[in-house]
Formats: sequence, C-alpha cells, structure tokens
Amino acid sequence: MISLYLPIVGTIIVGVLFGVVMMKLHEVLGPRRANNEKLSTYESGMEPISSVKDRHSVKFYLVAMLFILFDIEIVFMYPWAVQFKHLGAQGVIAMILFMVMLFVGFIYIVRKGALEWD
Amino acid sequence: MPELLLLILISLLKGGLVLGLVVLPGAVVSVYYERKVSAWIQHRIGPNRTGPFGILQPFADVAKLLLKEDIIPTDANKGFHFFAPLIAVTTAVAAFAVTPFGNYIMVGTTRIDLAVAPNINVALLYVFGVGSVAVYGITFAGWSSSNKFSLLGGLRSASQMISYELCMGLSVIGVIMMAGSLNLNDIVKNQADLKWNLFFQPLGFIVFFVAGFAETNRAPFDLPEAEPELVGGYHTEYSGMKFGMFFLAEYGHMVASAAMTTTLFLGGWQLPIPASVLAPIGLVEGSIVLGLLQFGTFFAKIAVMCFVFIWVRWSLPRFRYDQLMNLGWRVMMPLALVNIILTTIVMAFLR
Repeated sequence: MISLYLPIVGTIIVGVLFGVVMMKLHEVLGPRRANNEKLSTYESGMEPISSVKDRHSVKFYLVAMLFILFDIEIVFMYPWAVQFKHLGAQGVIAMILFMVMLFVGFIYIVRKGALEWD
Repeated sequence: MPELLLLILISLLKGGLVLGLVVLPGAVVSVYYERKVSAWIQHRIGPNRTGPFGILQPFADVAKLLLKEDIIPTDANKGFHFFAPLIAVTTAVAAFAVTPFGNYIMVGTTRIDLAVAPNINVALLYVFGVGSVAVYGITFAGWSSSNKFSLLGGLRSASQMISYELCMGLSVIGVIMMAGSLNLNDIVKNQADLKWNLFFQPLGFIVFFVAGFAETNRAPFDLPEAEPELVGGYHTEYSGMKFGMFFLAEYGHMVASAAMTTTLFLGGWQLPIPASVLAPIGLVEGSIVLGLLQFGTFFAKIAVMCFVFIWVRWSLPRFRYDQLMNLGWRVMMPLALVNIILTTIVMAFLR
C-alpha cells in the first residue's frame, strides 16, 4: 500500500529540493548592491501612496464562497460517475434530480447578480 | 526497515527521474518552442545567436537569471515571499507524479511501469488537488509582496483559477463515467483502438481545454499578469531566479495541462494504430520497442497540444475580467452540466 504512494511523496520532495537549491544558488551568486530606493515597493516610479491592506471588491470573496459550495457538489458526483455502470436506472434518476437542484441554485445565484462584475 | 529505506530511495530516484527527464526538458523545450513559434507567427527570426538555431537560448536565460540581484522589498513578508515560487514550482513537478507515460515494459521477468506512481486509484483527484494547491503559490506571491499590482494580480488569479476549476472538474465526469475509474491508466486503456474520448466527449473536451488555459494563466486568460494594467501582476516584486521559478512553473503547468488533456481525451500513450495490427509484427504488450513507441506517441501528442497553447496565445487578444468570469460561470459551467446529462442519457439508452 505505502509503496504505491511513496513515489508521489518522493516527487514532491524532489520538487521542493529543486526549488530551494535554485533559489539559494541565486541568492549566493547574485550581486548585492541594495539601496533604499531599490528595496522600496514598486509603484511605477511614484512614491507609494496608501497601504495595500486596503479594502477590495467583495466579488472576489463571493466567488470563493460559491466555489466551495459548487466544488463540494462536484465531489459528490465523482463516486457516482465511477460506479455509474453498476447503478442502473435508480442511479440515473437520482443524479438527474441532484443536477436539477444544483441548476436551480445556480440560476438563483445568477438572478441575484452574484456573478455581475462591473 | 532496510526494505522501507530502499523504497524511499527508489521513490526519490523516481522523482529525480521525472524532474530530470520530463519536467525540466519539457519546460526548456517549450520555452524555446514558444519563442520560435511566436517568431514564426509574427514573421520574425526569433532567437538565433546562442548555439545552432538558438537552441541554447533557455540555458542562457537560466544563467542570466541566476546572476541577477536578489531583491526582497522591505515591506514584503519575507517568509511567504520565499515560499510562493517554491509552491509554484513544486506543484508543477508534482502534477507529473501520476501521469502514465506508457503502459509497461518487461525486462526479463521484472515489470517496469512507465510512470512514477502507476496504479493510484484516485489519480485524477490527486491531479485536481495539486492544481488547487497551485493557486496558493500565486496568491501568496501577490499578497506577500505588499504591492498593489501584485495583490490585484494574486486576487484575480485566485478567483479565475477556482472558477475554472469547477468547469474542469465537471467536464471530466463524462470521461470518468465512460472509464468507470479515476485511475489514469484505466482511463487510457479504455481508449484503445482509436476510441479516443475526444470523439465521444467533444463538449467535455472543449470545456476542459478552455479551462486549461485559465488554470495555467496563459493568454487569452492571462489577466493575473496583464502588463498594460498590472505591470507584471503577481511577480512584479520578484527578480532573478525567483521570477525564473514562476516562469518555469508556468511552462511546467502548460506541459502538465497538455499531458492531462492528452491522457483524458486524446488516448494518452495509445498508438493511433489498433493492437490487432501491431501484435503480428511483434509489438506485443510489454515489449521494449512498443514501450518506447508509446512513450514517443505520448510526447508527440503533448507537443501538438503545446503548439495549440502557443498558437492561441499569439493569435487572440486578452479578455476583460468581467468577460472572463462570465464565460467561466455562465457559459462553461452550464455547458459542462449539459455534457454530463447528455452522457448520462446516451449511456443509459445504450445499456
């Protein structure tokens, strides 16, 4: 069992090592001629004004919330899709009902204007 | 315990092999490929000074990036600023851990599967999981830089990637229904004898492929790094090899996305010739020649898909952000749902 999944862990470890080695190599090899101007936040040559920790459009958070809702519903479909061939007529009817409910929720979101970007 | 130690060593070796033989060459070749193809599309010459036909250009790029100054802005969150490119490049490598590059070859009596982790029964879920983690790399990069352009790029990218992940997740359900498995090798085996899913799931293929563009942040969906509005987007405050890691990760994700499209819809490593023709000329399952042919076929298909990626990038203008979100939620998602319902009805009737 563990021998099946260990290569994935190995690949991830190799990926991390590769990234760390390349980035540390860059820190060692690159020149160091830092000054305050160079290390200040880039804002197209202007003095940076106001903080970045400002308020942002609520749409981004709304999209994240809708993602969680729909993603969970999609995860429900995966086991059904794998077993589809063995489920028979009942499986078909159950999933079509589920999809109709999903679609009603989707239409509600669209009608409410949750996906309007202006 | 020595067996476990050996297993760990073999796993690390496999990881190294996939990095050294697939991800890095894939990224290096696609960087060169993109430059040459874009030059060809725009009637330019492209890189031609570094080595014959400029083939050493990617290596020159790496050397240059390594020798640049490492700049971390004073306002940046140092930990996350270092961590973000690391997540980006790791996810690009990790996506290849379950990709089947070929069936298997028999050397004597030992069976060698042409994949890092060949028989993972949740492989497709793992691929989507890795794709979700990739969102963090870009979001952290945008947030930790303390730069308005970066933050906007990171927010845009997070919203765009999670929106299109829904479409991607829905579009493959038809494929899973046909194969009855989440194991990528089973999905490929189900497409033998030119019965590619592309022909049975054209709608799913279109949705998956378009979502692939959004997932890799490539044109026409490269809003997170839209130069005219956001300078460099999420990597504005990155220099040298840290920027290079994002660059490498972008190409790694492009190759990974092409590999996934190939595996799920274009028959993966299946040769476009039926097995009944191949068997009489000695190309039976397990022979080394067939294994190599499958490996070559897989990468030829990936090269074609990468060409389409590059072709689209240099042909289409960038979307506006509201158009992008509208397309994802209001066009792609209903289309993916329709695809599932159609597949369900057709498969129920055929039974």
